[in-house]
Amino acid sequence: MKLKTFAGGIHPPDNKQWSSHKAIEDCPLPTEFVVPLAQHIGAPSVACVEIGQYVAKGQVIGTAKGFVSVPVHAPTSGEVVAIEYRPHSWGPSLPAIVIKPDGEDLWSTDLQPSDPDNLSTDDMIEKVRLAGVVGMGGAAFPAHVKMSPPPEKQVRTLIINGVECEPYLTADYRMMLEEPERILQGVGLLQTVFGAERVVIGIEANKPDAIALFEKHCAKTAFEVVSLHVKYPQGAEKQLIAAVTGKQVPSGGLPMDIGAAVHNVSTAAAVTDAIVHGRPLIERICTVTGPAIREPKNLRIRIGTLLSHLVEVCGGLAEEPGKIILGGPMMGFTQLEFNVPATKGTSGLLLLRMQDVDPRPEGPCIRCARCVQVCPIKLLPTTIAAYARRNLSAEAAEYCAMDCIECGSCSYVCPAAIPLVQAIRYGKAAILAKKRKSP
Amino acid sequence: MLAAILSLGCIGMIAAVALGFAAKKFAVEVDPRELAAMEVLPGANCGACGFPGCAGYAKALVAGTIDVNQCPPGGADVVAKLARILGVEAAAASPEFAVVLCQGDNRKAQLKYNYLGLEDCTAAQRIADGPKVCPGGCLGLGSCQRACPFDAIEMTAAGLAVINREKCTGCRKCVAVCPRQVIRMAPAEATVHVLCNSHDKGAVVRKYCQVGCIACQLCKKAAPDAYKIENMLATVVYEHHSEAAVAIAKCPTRCIRDFAEGYPDGSALLPADADKPHAA
Amino acid sequence: MKQLYLSSSPHIHSGETTTGVMRAVLYSLLPACGVAVYFFGPSALSVLLIATLGCLASEAVCQRLMGQPVTLGDGSAAITGVLLALNLPPSSPWWLTLLGAVIAIAIGKQVYGGLGSNPFNPALVARVVLLISFPVQMTTWSAPAPLGSGLDLVTTATPLGEWKNAVMLTGQLPAEMQGSMANYFLGNMPGCIGEVSALALLLGAAYLFYRRILTWHIPTAFVGTVVLLSGLFWLIDPAKYPNPVFHLLTGGLILGAFYMATDMVTTPVSISGMLLFGAGCGFLTVLIRLFGGYPEGVSFAILLMNAATPLIDRYTRPRTFGMVRQGRTQ
Repeated sequence: MKLKTFAGGIHPPDNKQWSSHKAIEDCPLPTEFVVPLAQHIGAPSVACVEIGQYVAKGQVIGTAKGFVSVPVHAPTSGEVVAIEYRPHSWGPSLPAIVIKPDGEDLWSTDLQPSDPDNLSTDDMIEKVRLAGVVGMGGAAFPAHVKMSPPPEKQVRTLIINGVECEPYLTADYRMMLEEPERILQGVGLLQTVFGAERVVIGIEANKPDAIALFEKHCAKTAFEVVSLHVKYPQGAEKQLIAAVTGKQVPSGGLPMDIGAAVHNVSTAAAVTDAIVHGRPLIERICTVTGPAIREPKNLRIRIGTLLSHLVEVCGGLAEEPGKIILGGPMMGFTQLEFNVPATKGTSGLLLLRMQDVDPRPEGPCIRCARCVQVCPIKLLPTTIAAYARRNLSAEAAEYCAMDCIECGSCSYVCPAAIPLVQAIRYGKAAILAKKRKSP
Repeated sequence: MLAAILSLGCIGMIAAVALGFAAKKFAVEVDPRELAAMEVLPGANCGACGFPGCAGYAKALVAGTIDVNQCPPGGADVVAKLARILGVEAAAASPEFAVVLCQGDNRKAQLKYNYLGLEDCTAAQRIADGPKVCPGGCLGLGSCQRACPFDAIEMTAAGLAVINREKCTGCRKCVAVCPRQVIRMAPAEATVHVLCNSHDKGAVVRKYCQVGCIACQLCKKAAPDAYKIENMLATVVYEHHSEAAVAIAKCPTRCIRDFAEGYPDGSALLPADADKPHAA
Repeated sequence: MKQLYLSSSPHIHSGETTTGVMRAVLYSLLPACGVAVYFFGPSALSVLLIATLGCLASEAVCQRLMGQPVTLGDGSAAITGVLLALNLPPSSPWWLTLLGAVIAIAIGKQVYGGLGSNPFNPALVARVVLLISFPVQMTTWSAPAPLGSGLDLVTTATPLGEWKNAVMLTGQLPAEMQGSMANYFLGNMPGCIGEVSALALLLGAAYLFYRRILTWHIPTAFVGTVVLLSGLFWLIDPAKYPNPVFHLLTGGLILGAFYMATDMVTTPVSISGMLLFGAGCGFLTVLIRLFGGYPEGVSFAILLMNAATPLIDRYTRPRTFGMVRQGRTQ
């Protein structure tokens, strides 16, 4: 039977064997937590504590600013020792709340569990918002915003993303194997909130044990478990919707425009915590992996843990890293130092050796069209990149540069090693800058 | 054979008459001063005047909406000619040249990381604020060289942009494209410059660059009117540029240079054992 | 401590290189070269060597003169040389081959900016220039003299040439065509040193398909259109027009469809564009072969379609994900 899939895409070596068999371990608490106020898409939170103040685990330390924003909470109990600019994984130093743990790790007494049957949909969404839940697949988009589509856009199909198509990462995989009930309870809650008729849990075929486990758990429910063809970027929202429903999200539109919504499996688990247990989002699973780390692990980390601590917990560096990547190798961000904190969206820390980095200078484009063949959005990456580099943003926009999902498939296959994604990003930034100057 | 000659000849004649007629009947009225102005302008279409190309500038001149001295590449020569064509008085804007205020090439300034990707300074700047530790120094990836319509910028072998004063016309395209604002305009007569763009404290600068300004104030002591120190960085006060040369010998990091000799190979910047520069 | 690398994503690569692609193409041409030397002996070998070395030398000289780094290592000049040689008659004088090599690289490629920037297939540019400038040398064919047979090269006409002459003189197919289809397939027929053996060429093409360097679209569209169109005419008047299999196996069709028309730099990038390109080549080839002044139309057809490639690219953009038609979301 042919597995569902989408057009285009690539097959990089999955490299999950470094950590796929390692059960989730609790990461021991570090001696300092640096909790950035900007960890999600939208407005950063606003600090609401003072230096010297005692905070309990799960207590609000930063309030949301506006609708597309979420509060941030203390990852452990302790004292606020500083509120200052600290190095951040996004590049520049950004404001962060520095907490020194007191070692007690006591939960705040304000947090109350609830019975979801007694809650209205709006109550549930508010609980998710107050818990600071964001998309855990890496994008960190505030979950309550996704859960509040306008009334005319009814979500009929809820898709749960258990694909984890990025090579090396196994965080979602281990979550599915070890905490299926927590995930499925969250899926049920999401279905209630959306009022969706159909619920599909999408898992790539390279995780047969997870598929079997979920099929078993979903046997008595109406949830469908769909095994998907192994291809990158199957886990990208638009491609996942296309594979499961056969429909394409309109260009410039959102999944809700075609009655769909996608949530990551870990986000579903976080929703359970928020609604049922009243617990905010202060921890997540992060895969620390790669050939340059001594002991790859899937760690349950608290937000605000510095990467240096994660490296230490994993036995330190096996050799000098060539690249420090937050996220996966296809869409992750290279870091300058280990002195930055993990955030709500940190799904992986990948350490590549010097020899894994290919410093080949780029050559001329030979129009081999490999990039065209693999692009999941059916763009012409070579053409867009060429226009972008010559600062011809109108032409780049005409060739649909803004539709690019920056998955990296084109750069991956280019024989001339042209930095296509970087060029397209450059073009997108120029297009947006022009729009702002003359709307 | 004769038939061929005759028929082709007739076709040619008919075409010539038709074209001549069309040229007269459908001619576009153009102010002759506009055509004369276009002849005189350099024709580089660099946009420094703020108009789309030399044709745009000529049109605006004739419409009277712009001064005759707005074309830096043309220089005083063109200003005088335009003034005569349009019958106006004009004082030339004082010519300016662009200068890269940095000497920290790969041998003198530290890098934060090895950059891989597009050879473009703006693109590199977006990745962890650029590969150079110094926040203000030249990144050396050549965006200014590519932007210059007059081929006046060269990249040295060690990764530094150098501007040739003989070719620079002051059009400012390089200034606009540099993400670090390390290129500044200076009056043509000013040849002494402080080649540093970092506002960090002296001790910090010393760590990442051998030839950066440490704001020690020795230059100001030697020539009080010619230098000002602001935010930990010395700059030449160009109105008093003629007095600035005495401080060159006093500067402990040798970041003050005189460009009166040594262009365009940048040898005024680099010590005698420098590599030969080449286009990036 | 050595310094970290920082870059934009992605951070892994498939490992494919331009040089690797070029090397694979060179390997795929080896069977055809081998057959060429077998059937046409030392003359073919010298044509191959002069063309290849001539192209390499021209590229080095051009790049030096233009102040650019010399990039012979990427293998593209070598491929142009081999392809040019395969498109020449075995008895080509050394100066003709050398001139072709210089024209192919200097005028067909470097003048446009080097690798990736040329609009026309460089080997074909050279071939056509030579054909028009030196028609005699370029149409002096030899009957195959397989190695070890003790035969020398003897001037003769190609099957296509024979047919064209007969049709122009008598309006009918020649009474008896020189060779059998089997011979045409194996390569035992007169022609350019590379075009004769369909078998060797197809073997090489199979390797390129396996390596995913070649996709089926252009060759299929090209060959398919030739077969269909020539078949149509053959059905209309079998006494005047040869059958499609003859068209398939004679002349440079297999060489053209699998190696020349599939040159990545000069062909469209989208699938529908490639199909259109192939069909156009096929159409023009049949047109020139049946009704034009030349017996062989493949080179001209491909060059004409190369000229149309930017236009084809412009109008055959793939439909972007999320759009119903290009530019529309509904």
